[in-house]
Amino acid sequence: MNLINFWLSHRPEMLVALAQHVVLVLAATATAIAIGLPLGIVAARKPRLGAPLLAFTNIVQTVPSLAMFGFLVAVPLIGGVGARSALIVLILYGLLPVMRNTVAGIQGIDRAVRNAGVAMGMTARQLLLQVELPLAMPTIVAGVRVAAVVGVGAATIAAAIGAGGLGDFIFRGLSMTDPTVILAGAVPAAVLALAVDAGLGWLERVLTPGAARHRRLTFRAAAAGIIALMVVVAGGFALSGRWGTRVIIGSKNFTEQVILGELLAQAVERATDLRVDRRLNLGGTFISEEALRAGAIDAYIEYTGTALTAIFHQPTSRDRAEVYSRVAAAYAESGRTVLPPLGFNNTFAILVRTADARRLGLKTISDVVPHAPKWKAAFGYEFLEREDGYKGLVRTYGLRFAEPPRVMDLTLIYRALASGAVDLIAGDATHGLIKGLDLFMLEDNRRYFPPYDAVPVVRTQTLAAHPELRTAIERLAGKISEETMREMNYDVDVRRRDASAVVREFLDRLGS
Amino acid sequence: MAASIEFEHVQYRLPSGVAVLDDVSFTVEPGDVLVLVGRSGVGKTTILRLINHLLLPSTGEIRVEGRATTAWDPIALRRRTGYVLQEVGLFPHMTVGRNIAVVPHLEGWPEARIRARCGELLELVGLDPVSYKGRFPHELSGGQRQRVGVARALAADPPVLLMDEPFGALDPLTRSELHREFRRIQGQLRKTVVMVTHDMAEAFALATRLGVLDQGRLVALDTPDAIARAGDPRIRMFLEALPPIPVIAREPD
Repeated sequence: MNLINFWLSHRPEMLVALAQHVVLVLAATATAIAIGLPLGIVAARKPRLGAPLLAFTNIVQTVPSLAMFGFLVAVPLIGGVGARSALIVLILYGLLPVMRNTVAGIQGIDRAVRNAGVAMGMTARQLLLQVELPLAMPTIVAGVRVAAVVGVGAATIAAAIGAGGLGDFIFRGLSMTDPTVILAGAVPAAVLALAVDAGLGWLERVLTPGAARHRRLTFRAAAAGIIALMVVVAGGFALSGRWGTRVIIGSKNFTEQVILGELLAQAVERATDLRVDRRLNLGGTFISEEALRAGAIDAYIEYTGTALTAIFHQPTSRDRAEVYSRVAAAYAESGRTVLPPLGFNNTFAILVRTADARRLGLKTISDVVPHAPKWKAAFGYEFLEREDGYKGLVRTYGLRFAEPPRVMDLTLIYRALASGAVDLIAGDATHGLIKGLDLFMLEDNRRYFPPYDAVPVVRTQTLAAHPELRTAIERLAGKISEETMREMNYDVDVRRRDASAVVREFLDRLGS
Repeated sequence: MAASIEFEHVQYRLPSGVAVLDDVSFTVEPGDVLVLVGRSGVGKTTILRLINHLLLPSTGEIRVEGRATTAWDPIALRRRTGYVLQEVGLFPHMTVGRNIAVVPHLEGWPEARIRARCGELLELVGLDPVSYKGRFPHELSGGQRQRVGVARALAADPPVLLMDEPFGALDPLTRSELHREFRRIQGQLRKTVVMVTHDMAEAFALATRLGVLDQGRLVALDTPDAIARAGDPRIRMFLEALPPIPVIAREPD
């Protein structure tokens, strides 16, 4: 029921995702045929050449798709973020089944039949077109069938590098830990895979010699249909190419980042005439950074602490202003400009239940120290391991708990606190559930945690070309408090609202 | 119309150096049916493949219609030599009609002429054109398939017909039926035929000239009657392998 409601309320978005998915798979499969078929023919004729070719495609096939997408982002020219890289990965995946089946189809032809063709005076080309290909066709189509079905599946992963498609919903659902959203993407993807499988299975049967009387006719009709589709797809790709000036906004693949990406995009759309392309839901920090560096996106929101440690590998500091200026300098050196912070600091938050905070009069982490020996605490794995996580925290504040802290997955930790299973956790300062579950964030009065101020990072080149971009984005400076961010996260994560609608309302209020 | 085939001191070696054929010389006159017999692997099929340039001799020369096979365009030569195989090798994705029409199509005949030729050939090999033209090979019996194979080889009216154990895979009844048909058709068309078989009865039933191959050499080449009277022990060995009945069943021409 939830699922159907979700589909109905996200109908336009669903249709776009489905169309992106289909186009991606079609284009990839068509290209895999265009490359794999000739290679397969060569490989069948010259096994010495064919063996290494097949070995290569075999190896490609064993690389996990997420690894391949991640790897390709950093490759110049063919790589980057968006549909192009996704297409390349999917083509590589489709190549093996098409090629292998072409080889198998041609080599599987009865020797007597081939010999008859040669002895009758067919040239190599006539033998190929009139005998070998028609006879190998059912096997080749079976290969295309595998390629297309694998493609439908792998294309869901392509959402990780901003290629769109049904995978967007799956990734969004995973980051929201919402099965409905995961299913909203996964179910149509599965249905699509089954439909492709059934369709090509039918074609395979029709092409098998001696199947039906009129199969020549059906074959021609099917061939004409496929060619028409390919023309439409190619045309669509050509038309969707860069038209006019565009600014590409990216985001990482969790709810807050998607909201912030949408915020940047809408702010630019409202204040300028620039066309905005969204590449939201890119993989993690690494992929977003590579995309920005390579120019595949023009801007996204990064956090100062993350940029300093994860991107520039510098030691962090407790001083917000110092971290900001060091990050800004490091970005400036590599052709990027950091604009003023949005206002909130997405740092670690030490959280307790609001009821407890009120009852015991807790405001800061120091206030907890006397109560901690009676309390249980839970933290994420990374927080427990990091030098600047748990160990430093208890040292700085002199905290002691009733028992060693539990390790808990970050998606469960908020509910564990709210349900009373534990009494104190470390979470995200802007997490929607802080509001949703009525939790209270204690002030880091000794300034133990480094700052993670949200800042827009824009390619300097893009800013120079479109000065109005800076004005549009700077209007957001200081406008988003932790409270505001939490509310928006809550709206999207817990109330299941659409990120773009939530952002629109926020900007409407900001404008008034 | 028909053409001659000449072998002159032909030797054929495998890449490994083993000689399959050694100093083979013979001439097939136009309209002759030369049947070559010998054990398996003695080089019978090699001789056929040398004639239509599927293989080239290591030394010596083969001439078809007076021209060396090396001087022929292989494609043109193959289209002037019909080839019938034991496995038939009909194209399974084509109807009987399309199978027969392959070479005329390759030669670019007009569609109407191909259709007429196709009907004519099916009549010739004893199959009703109307009911067989549209069938696929898998809908035919073994004997019918070989009839179509013969029709296909004759389609562009080649002067030379090469037959590689054409009736080997058929049951004895169908085989003798096709032997009769073959003699009838050859009586009309007078092609130059080179056929290989390891069935001595078939050889005696069909040959106008009979060649015996042993260890890569042509040990005898004569009329069947002369061969039957020969004293050479290598020939006697084959004759002794001959079951008596087919000789009796041999019909007068």
